[in-house]
Amino acid sequence: MELLMDESRYEKLREIIKIYLPEDVSVDAISSESHFINELNINSANLVDIVLDVEDAFDIILENEDMDQMQTVSDALQIIETKISDKA
Amino acid sequence: MTTNEIIAALPYAKPFLFVDDLLEVNADGTKGKYTFREDLDFFRGHFKDYAVTPGVLLTECCAQIGLVCLGIFLLDGKASAQTKIALTSTAMEYYLPVVPNEQVTVTSEKEYFRFHKLKCKVKMHNSEGELVCKGVISGMFKNEGNA
Repeated sequence: MELLMDESRYEKLREIIKIYLPEDVSVDAISSESHFINELNINSANLVDIVLDVEDAFDIILENEDMDQMQTVSDALQIIETKISDKA
Repeated sequence: MTTNEIIAALPYAKPFLFVDDLLEVNADGTKGKYTFREDLDFFRGHFKDYAVTPGVLLTECCAQIGLVCLGIFLLDGKASAQTKIALTSTAMEYYLPVVPNEQVTVTSEKEYFRFHKLKCKVKMHNSEGELVCKGVISGMFKNEGNA
């Protein structure tokens, strides 16, 4: 199955990530390949907040395993896609 | 897990243990007491001319009773020497000073415990039942070995 990046989902995710970026990281630093902790300097506690906001924004529920796999922005998008299609 | 077992599992010791009694613990929150005894060392320097408990230690007391005791309870006996606890954020407001020998009561209310992160609302009252401080405190509770 071809996994197309849904632009609107990506934008929605970027809006969530933006809130938790440290002051010294610019919004422009967010790309689909960005690593949350190593590149965007988001700490593990804020990563949990991102996941909780993602759950609300996309009306999905993530498990601990999803969280462990969610290293980059594209990982997050892929998890979101999977959860949404599982729901359908 | 009993309240005594929780206190025994706390990773603190004197002079940095700010829990005397844990009165209540359940999945939604905790209630506990601590007395800031006059012989505590920091009273000699905070302040130079009159003793009052530093706000950071009121926060610490709220965190130990409200957040850490609850986290250990929620880990349900799986907490161990390998459990890593890290405070990740505090947002507090202070209303009244706490003087030497004053006993305070801390209550906490869980907002969520998910993906190893515990977030709680905390409140501290003095023995008159007046609100000393309140806020929101979060921390991470991770057992070594589970990523």
